[in-house]
Amino acid sequence: MGKTFQRPEALSDAVTHYCPGCTHGIIHRLIAEVIDELGIRGRTVGVAPVGCAVLAYNYFTFDFQEAAHGRAPAMATGIKRVRPDLMVFTYQGDGDLASIGMGEIVHAANRGEKFTTIFVNNAVYGMTGGQMAPTTMPNQRTTTSPFGRRVDEVGMPIKVAELLAALQTPGYIVRQTVISPKYIKRAKRAIKQAFTYQKEGRCYSFVEVVSTCPTNWGMTPMEAIQWTQDTMLPYYELGELKTPETTD
Amino acid sequence: MGKVLMKGNEAIGEAAIRAGCLNYFAYPITPQSEVAEYLSRRLPEAGGVFLQGESEVAVSYMIFGAAAAGARIFTTSSSPGISLMCEGISYIAAAQCPAVFVNIMRGGPGLGGILPSQADYFQATKGGGHGDYRMLVMAPASVQEAVEMVMTAFPLAEKYRNPVMILGDGLIGQMMEPVEFPDDLRSEPSNKDDWATNGMDTRRSDKRNLVKSLFLDPDQLNRNNLALKAKYDRMNREEVRYETYHMDLDYRVLIVSYGTMSRVCRTAIDNLAEEGIDVGMIRPQTLFPFPVQQVHDAAQKQSCVHVASIEMSMGQMVEDVQRALQGVKPVSWYGKCGGDVPTPEEIMEFVRTLL
Amino acid sequence: MQSEVMFAGFGGQGILLSAKILAHAAMKDGYEVAWIPSYGPEMRGGTAYCTVVVSDRPIGSPIIRNPLHLVAMNRPSLEKFAPHVKQGGVILINSSLIKISSSRDDVDEIRVPVTDIAKDLGSTRSANIVALSAFVARSRILDMDLIRDCIKEEFANKEKIIPLNLAAVDEGQKAGLTA
Ligand SMILES: Cc1ncc(C[n+]2csc(CCOP(=O)(O)OP(=O)(O)O)c2C)c(N)n1
Ligand code: SF4
Repeated sequence: MGKTFQRPEALSDAVTHYCPGCTHGIIHRLIAEVIDELGIRGRTVGVAPVGCAVLAYNYFTFDFQEAAHGRAPAMATGIKRVRPDLMVFTYQGDGDLASIGMGEIVHAANRGEKFTTIFVNNAVYGMTGGQMAPTTMPNQRTTTSPFGRRVDEVGMPIKVAELLAALQTPGYIVRQTVISPKYIKRAKRAIKQAFTYQKEGRCYSFVEVVSTCPTNWGMTPMEAIQWTQDTMLPYYELGELKTPETTD
Repeated sequence: MGKVLMKGNEAIGEAAIRAGCLNYFAYPITPQSEVAEYLSRRLPEAGGVFLQGESEVAVSYMIFGAAAAGARIFTTSSSPGISLMCEGISYIAAAQCPAVFVNIMRGGPGLGGILPSQADYFQATKGGGHGDYRMLVMAPASVQEAVEMVMTAFPLAEKYRNPVMILGDGLIGQMMEPVEFPDDLRSEPSNKDDWATNGMDTRRSDKRNLVKSLFLDPDQLNRNNLALKAKYDRMNREEVRYETYHMDLDYRVLIVSYGTMSRVCRTAIDNLAEEGIDVGMIRPQTLFPFPVQQVHDAAQKQSCVHVASIEMSMGQMVEDVQRALQGVKPVSWYGKCGGDVPTPEEIMEFVRTLL
Repeated sequence: MQSEVMFAGFGGQGILLSAKILAHAAMKDGYEVAWIPSYGPEMRGGTAYCTVVVSDRPIGSPIIRNPLHLVAMNRPSLEKFAPHVKQGGVILINSSLIKISSSRDDVDEIRVPVTDIAKDLGSTRSANIVALSAFVARSRILDMDLIRDCIKEEFANKEKIIPLNLAAVDEGQKAGLTA
């Protein structure tokens, strides 16, 4: 991590709109570093979700499209099918990907579309003010689950990585987090691996990143990290669920 | 119960409960997520059903299913979400089920913005989804009126077995005003045994009910569309609602404006009157049916030289105003649609240019 | 007669709440009221503002560019809104955080160290109530006891903090009258 304090070329110097302690910024940085290291900035197209990261394009210095809520994987499919030489990724939150966009992500993954998805799982709808998400933890209070998520009424949180790994076609499915330097290193390795598989034209690649939303969790950034460690990580287990080697 | 100070979004949620609707499905979207947040607390307490759907598409079919099963049901959303619901609304209208939709409009097209707008006028009044259907559309200009419209929407939806839409804007949702929930607007759900799929045992009948919208036989489809048309014609005859302002004066300009925009116009009209310029206003409370005749008649007044449609859109209602006037007086449009609501001063400025 | 009061400050300074208490009190006094928040992307972190309209007639435009009064809790909001205040209105400046003046000589500008007063009472979180009370005392827009009643109602579920907020009313009132 020698270059940590140097801004990657793929990252802009725009002032962040993310809240203090939000992990979106770290994930952006990892993506930018990977794009720099692979030397693909000039042929990369990102697809932004609708969520706090709708403005992600302000922080990157390469081409970007802005999708409708949940539809990023369909847009990425469109790009990749007409321009297979481009490097394409979607960046999506849990409301965007696992709620309204569940259809699009499952089918893009199942077709083995050769783009990459970075899935930011922060267990709430951040942008709209902290409503319940499909990934909200049991008994977690949100603005639309004021008595805590009742799993008898709305089911257990969806483990998206496992769900996609159950499909035969998608090649690379992994879950990591960014709540400490150790984890950040692993997350970066996973993102780089995902982009590398895409570069090689091998498979669909998906990186879930277990993240924080201190603002809507009503916690300090430190408390949010602790809560992620104690509550989310035991449920959302980290690691590779699938690689092309295990699939081939 | 006396007056309470409430945010429009919360008042809308409470109004539905007071009207006797205890079922709500929705998906969050700014600037109306407070309705869902409020009802996620209130409905369990009131013994009702609250469920956050996975998308607005899904919600519109949850609404369809519940309405077809005979329940009083409603949802709320904002522009991009309503676009997704339009598919379901088309099916609900075709299958003749009652349901209430609230659209707290924000600026579009596309993701647009989250500030107030009236740019979904066409979508609400001229279709939105596919096919020959209409919704009865009511547009509140205050939190109190939003409450009353929500409460009257349920019996109207049941009377016509058709979706009813409350078309508000972001300010109506976000503003707090004093409200009362009139007891006399509470209504009993109508008997739906003739058509609803509420279970043959429930209605003690051997005749099964079928809710559907597929009519492959052209005669049958035409007949269904004629039945729908008959209902819309009846709405045109019986449900037109509007309010007037300064119409007893010899106004030189007639403004047509609705919702939040009409309140700004009211202030502009007061100020213009002080300058000696008389302006009248018709405020449609129903956008479909549109007060065609009333606008037409009001424009006929000798003193009136110009009619202006003032709306937070790039000129949508103005087409209905033109349709009403049939060319008897010149019509123009004034509006803005970025979320910045025009000020009284801007409207005064515009009116002066007409004279 | 219509008055418009704009409350402005950082998100988290309790702007919306003090505005709501004023609107509630005015409603109890029989006035027509509207509480109009700024909502939008600028809310996160940036300046939050909220306008309360109090009138003896039905309220027309909820869009207020030129309020009669301004309660400015931080410097950016004073700079942004002070030029728009109507002649003859009150501009209350939170002098704990704002060192500059409005540079207006056609308004009644008062400087009240609301954050410091609240700190002395035990919690800066009551600064919004100190400011509200100082403003009400100065402008005489409403009777102070109505504000007290509404505070009791507002915090009915958090009884523990009622005494602190009532003390904030007393101190705010004093400061508003002597400033
Ligand atoms: C069709 C449609 N429905 C709803 C919304 C409102 N909306 C914007 S962002 C969002 C959810 C964001 O949550 P998530 O995807 O978890 O991302 P986060 O903000 O937490 O990063 C919603 C519901 C919208 N823009 N469009
Ligand atoms: S609301 Fe949550 S997800 Fe959004 S920027 Fe703030 S901390 Fe991050």
